[in-house]
Amino acid sequence: MTRSMRIGLFLAGAAGVGFLLVWGVLDLPTFGHYAGPYGDIVSKLTEPQRHIANAVTAIVFDYRGFDTMGEELILFSAASAVAMLFRETREADTKDIVDAVRADAVNGLGVLAAIVTLLLAFDVVAHGFVTPGGGFQGGVVFAAAFVFVYFTCEYHAYLRLATTKFAEPLESFGAGSFVGLGMIAFAFGLAFMGNFIDYGVTGRIRSGGSAALVNWSSALAVAGGFMVIFSEYLKDNMAARYGRTKKVVQ
Amino acid sequence: MSVLPYLLAVFVFLVGLYGIVSSRNLIHIAVCVSVCQSGTYILLLAIGYKTHGTAPIFGDIPSSRKVVDPVVQSLTLTDIVVAVAVSALILAFALKAYEHEGTLDPHEIVEMKG
Repeated sequence: MTRSMRIGLFLAGAAGVGFLLVWGVLDLPTFGHYAGPYGDIVSKLTEPQRHIANAVTAIVFDYRGFDTMGEELILFSAASAVAMLFRETREADTKDIVDAVRADAVNGLGVLAAIVTLLLAFDVVAHGFVTPGGGFQGGVVFAAAFVFVYFTCEYHAYLRLATTKFAEPLESFGAGSFVGLGMIAFAFGLAFMGNFIDYGVTGRIRSGGSAALVNWSSALAVAGGFMVIFSEYLKDNMAARYGRTKKVVQ
Repeated sequence: MSVLPYLLAVFVFLVGLYGIVSSRNLIHIAVCVSVCQSGTYILLLAIGYKTHGTAPIFGDIPSSRKVVDPVVQSLTLTDIVVAVAVSALILAFALKAYEHEGTLDPHEIVEMKG
């Protein structure tokens, strides 16, 4: 198929899809006048019912926690798939590579930035039910702290801190404990992901009951997942730039 | 102009689709997929918006205050994280395709010709 044929075919199809989409959105409620009752009910209930100030995270980890578990497992399988695609390059292949930033100021500031980022990650996760934040955002920030070490110090230091031995169990434990917390509720005679500890005080770090634990486990899963993805890319890139120091056994 | 945000979502989505179809580079395709996904974020957030509504976080506002819909916001939040993971997966495929075929142009890769 030639390029112009392909574009022509696309334009015909896109015209149809576009027509249906526009037709569909024209009947949506007027912008700014959303009338769906579900969101309003949740906004009114999160504080009295769940002692969670942030209605968005209340939905993510509590009301629709089961849904989030599915999303969590998508992230888990995507990270596993990336690791599998890059399986030809092993950590041992790149461990002799020296790729250091030779400037003390950059090294020092980088370590400082990594520590600050790590603290920020814990802050974002811990206050997920109080202020904007939560396990997803905090997990990404946590992984970013390790990336700082690579950018400003050296590949070796990154490898030592964020080995596959650390990132993979972190990801697996996070994803597993998400499901595990849901199942612990069975022991208390509750439904899957039911709350089994007291809800705490609204506005405090320990508010939201067992959903707060779900928040932390998703933070671990996201952090581990992103670290696995970044490490795999970095490893493959290092091997491509410097050549594998060991031959791959086919 | 009350439908303008929705039409913007449709436009962004279709632009992304056009990019995927006409692309000559697998990495460019991964970016186009992200553009398509951005269209869905705009649609979700636009549906949940309420005039003069604020963020649904009741830490320091009274619970009687008008807030935007938190459900679509949480859907968008999880969507973004998953989108990043999926982008990583597509880019990994693109790298492997380059290693095997020596090109990123889907028209030159026999398995992707169509």
